[in-house]
Amino acid sequence: MDSTPVIALVDVRKIYPLLSGDVHALDGVSLSIAKGEFVAIMGPSGSGKSTLMNQIGCLDVPSSGTVKIDGQDISQLSDFDLTALRRDSIGYIFQKFNLIPLLTAFENVEYPLVLRDRKYDDTGRVQALLDSVGIDAALAAHRPAELSGGQQQRVAVARALVNEPSILLCDEPTGNLDSKTSTQIMEMLARLNREGRTVIMVTHDASTAEYADRTIMIQDGRIV
Amino acid sequence: MKKPDIILQLSVRSVRLNLLRSVLAALGIVIGVVAIASIGMISANMTLSVTEELSATANVLVVKPDSGGGGGGFGMGGGSSDEDDFLDPDQYNDIRKAAGSSYVYFLYSESDSIEAGSENGRSTIYAMDDEAMKDVLTLTEGSFPSTTSQVVVGPDFIERYDIEVGSKVTIGDEDDEEGESTVRVTGILEERGMSMDLSSDNAIIATEKFFTGRYDNEDEYTQVNVIVDDINDIDAVTESIDESLNRKDDEVQIQDSSRMLESISSTLGTLTSFAIGIAGISLLVAAVSIFNVMMMSVTERIREIGILRSIGTQKDEILRMFVYEAAIIGVVGAGIGAILSLLIGYVVVFGMVGTTEYFFAWDSIMNVPEGMIIGAVICVISGVYPAWRASNLDPIEALRAE
Repeated sequence: MDSTPVIALVDVRKIYPLLSGDVHALDGVSLSIAKGEFVAIMGPSGSGKSTLMNQIGCLDVPSSGTVKIDGQDISQLSDFDLTALRRDSIGYIFQKFNLIPLLTAFENVEYPLVLRDRKYDDTGRVQALLDSVGIDAALAAHRPAELSGGQQQRVAVARALVNEPSILLCDEPTGNLDSKTSTQIMEMLARLNREGRTVIMVTHDASTAEYADRTIMIQDGRIV
Repeated sequence: MKKPDIILQLSVRSVRLNLLRSVLAALGIVIGVVAIASIGMISANMTLSVTEELSATANVLVVKPDSGGGGGGFGMGGGSSDEDDFLDPDQYNDIRKAAGSSYVYFLYSESDSIEAGSENGRSTIYAMDDEAMKDVLTLTEGSFPSTTSQVVVGPDFIERYDIEVGSKVTIGDEDDEEGESTVRVTGILEERGMSMDLSSDNAIIATEKFFTGRYDNEDEYTQVNVIVDDINDIDAVTESIDESLNRKDDEVQIQDSSRMLESISSTLGTLTSFAIGIAGISLLVAAVSIFNVMMMSVTERIREIGILRSIGTQKDEILRMFVYEAAIIGVVGAGIGAILSLLIGYVVVFGMVGTTEYFFAWDSIMNVPEGMIIGAVICVISGVYPAWRASNLDPIEALRAE
């Protein structure tokens, strides 16, 4: 494994000021994830795991402490650069799939590519990715609303991979799927990890956490 | 492959997905554009047609006695009972001298009650020198008067009283001090349109002898018209007459059609601004409805905006997406508005101005692109705030929305 971590958090705190008193969503989290790792983050709801995911996913910056993605300190980045980092270095897989309803499955996968390269896919890469997750061309012409949950999550996996991100970030990827489909998606993530991708997954399901190399438990904003 | 704009694609699809809503919003813009363009076209056509009619007599100066106060206006006649309210032969000769090679003729005018065909009414009666009559006027039918009991009349007069060449016209009333005189129509004048020198379309033109005999006002000219050879000399001739007659006292007023044109244009301009202001309100209403539609679109799509932002769509791309949406509604609305305003404008101009001769003139037709641009721009402006709101949403909050 590579010696420089893909993700490095040092004493990260996130405080939400409220009238009833500040909420310490993250209370001094330090964490290092190496390239090629499969890490599961577990914890009860309200433990701060979503906030942690938002930090790693560059959707939010910490109140104090440093978050480094690929060696870059995200608190130093502008909104524009953070957005570009999300586009190029991070692949998101959400619990609710979060495909763009106006676009077909194919276009959903193509979208981040178009954002980055300013041109439509002419290499066949989009369909190749869709094929690798089991969505054929006919199915790819459908809008998300016309696909089943499992199919939507497969499309979402293909979308997350299209810009060759260094990190795959999964937020309860099987939370809205039945057990059979869940297994298929988890097998897919495990396969991607074996191919060398760094996978970070938030879950509260112990059976899906078994796919991970390492499990991080978080409670009350601290790693336990 | 050509350079794609996936952001525009998203906007187009959003408009299509909410077609009814978008069409209704566009309808407001359609109505606004039609209103503004049509009113602009009516005004332009009126101005053009008045200008055209007046410029036919643009080389004519009208010299009238200066009655002291403002006075003037373009109504003729109205009785010259005032002692000072006429020009005498000396003044006429001075004008002739001052006007150089220009054609100068005098004109008497009175307003009197008349009876023609089976109808009673009032009409302006002009009289002029026999020779001037032949030089200045053109007949479409019949001949100029050869005796004092013969007159020529304007085309509108013929139509109004439903008479023809050879018909009798009774001027005056037996109870008047001038009594009644009966004359015969021998000719019909060519239509002259609106003009300030001699409004003959609805008038009777009699011989000088008949007129001075009836009204007992020989050598009391109502006005003197000066037809200038070269229109560029108009100012020089005006100055020359002014110098010659108004040196001591203000004896005469000299008017050319440009002043009348100015006053008509400014009146039309005021009316037009007012009407366009009202039409503008419809655009304001349209702007509010576009704003509302855009806000709805943003609110409905908060989650989608969150997704787009989280997977790497920049703020300005979100902004563009919603501005495009407003622009699509605006451009489509303005485009339909432009086509409709051509159709509706044509009908309305024909109805109100009476002619569509000038409809395709630049001054008239340019109201269509102008209205279109205003409509589209208003649409885009109403979309800016909702788009700005959308682009500044916090992606985490937006993703959490249901």
